[in-house]
Amino acid sequence: MRLKINVLIAEPSDIIREGLMSLLGDEEFSFLAPMRDLSTDLPQRLPHIQPDILVMNPNLLQSPAKMNLAAIMQARPQMAVVALVYQYVEPNLLQSFKTVIDIREQGSKIPQILRECCQDGDDTADENYDLSERESEVLVLVAQGSSSKEIADKLNISIHTVNTHRKNITRKTGIKSVAGLAVYAMLHNLV
Amino acid sequence: MCQSVFFVYICNMKNVFFTCRMKMADVIAANHNLILVMPRLGIPLGFGEQSVQEVCDRYKMPVDFVLLVFNVYTFDDYNPDGDGLNQTSLEHLVPYLMTSHKYYVNERLPHIEKHLTRVAQHAGERYGTILKNFFSNYEKEVLEHFASEERDVFPYLHQLLKGERDAHMVSNHFVDHHTDLVDKLTDLTQIVYKYLPGETMTEELNELVFGIMQLSSDLQKHAKLEEKVLMPYIAQLERSLQ
Repeated sequence: MRLKINVLIAEPSDIIREGLMSLLGDEEFSFLAPMRDLSTDLPQRLPHIQPDILVMNPNLLQSPAKMNLAAIMQARPQMAVVALVYQYVEPNLLQSFKTVIDIREQGSKIPQILRECCQDGDDTADENYDLSERESEVLVLVAQGSSSKEIADKLNISIHTVNTHRKNITRKTGIKSVAGLAVYAMLHNLV
Repeated sequence: MCQSVFFVYICNMKNVFFTCRMKMADVIAANHNLILVMPRLGIPLGFGEQSVQEVCDRYKMPVDFVLLVFNVYTFDDYNPDGDGLNQTSLEHLVPYLMTSHKYYVNERLPHIEKHLTRVAQHAGERYGTILKNFFSNYEKEVLEHFASEERDVFPYLHQLLKGERDAHMVSNHFVDHHTDLVDKLTDLTQIVYKYLPGETMTEELNELVFGIMQLSSDLQKHAKLEEKVLMPYIAQLERSLQ
């Protein structure tokens, strides 16, 4: 049998907390003792209680919210942190969450949402953010102003492969623009 | 104050965004970044307990235009549709966009440049030069983009409003640089906090990163106003003159 997904819920409203737990059901999910608020020692406790998913009301985050959220995520990087939203939350903050459950979401879809955010967590858990040799080569050519077509010809690979490399470069470095990549290449002594 | 005042979060329901009956103070509490937008709308602080409607009346701004701007700046899911706006309101759009351009050029970019120069001075010659070059190229690009809008797009709208249609100028010829302009700013923040040596100048670095992020998010909203309100409006006028 598959292991159940450990869910930790942080939400002040009894109605919403109980409602969410009953929608998820205990066949697939098991629930850790839910929290009405976020205690400051949560990051220290996370490695011990080992939740797979933390579903939280973002309004519980003490200011500066983004920093406190980062501390929680860092304490247990393999855990997916999901926002449960029914009040105004700064869009900027919401982006930091793995995914968002809106209070008006269809009940039947919620288990699926949580299942999915667990699954792709597995793929990226220990991802390597260093550029591969080939990616570095592509980066240098991009930085020098070559188009994907030119790079494909030069390295004797398909344009599709070049684009995959470019996507991976952007995902790993966080940099999208050609000018930005050029700077990255210079700072790393690649050009 | 009770947070329930801000029970306005999103979804496809139009009526859950900011409305004219809300208190201006509550709107600002829900999104304090609007404080930076208000001067560009000609609305100063000090509105006491007045509603959005009352404040707008006081400063002779059409409330639906002000709400459009507030909602665009606050809710990512808000999809402005120009159809709901009358022409009087839309007359405020171009002046607002121009004022924003001035704000970016005269205040935000110099602010970033000031901190960037200091960071560059301490980052060593090599890093410093790379950083300064990236920024000065970016600045040139932004200025050129604004200038082209002010030279081509805004006067074209004016022309259309007078009932003249220029066959050489069609709205879908206006090239979109917005994504690129925003991406480059994001890249700059990545470069600054991930790849520059970070031991020194912590405060300057923070000022710089926050300054860039502020401008970047403002520019995104600005672009949304142009893409979702201004351009459809121009296209609609073009059709009506065909």
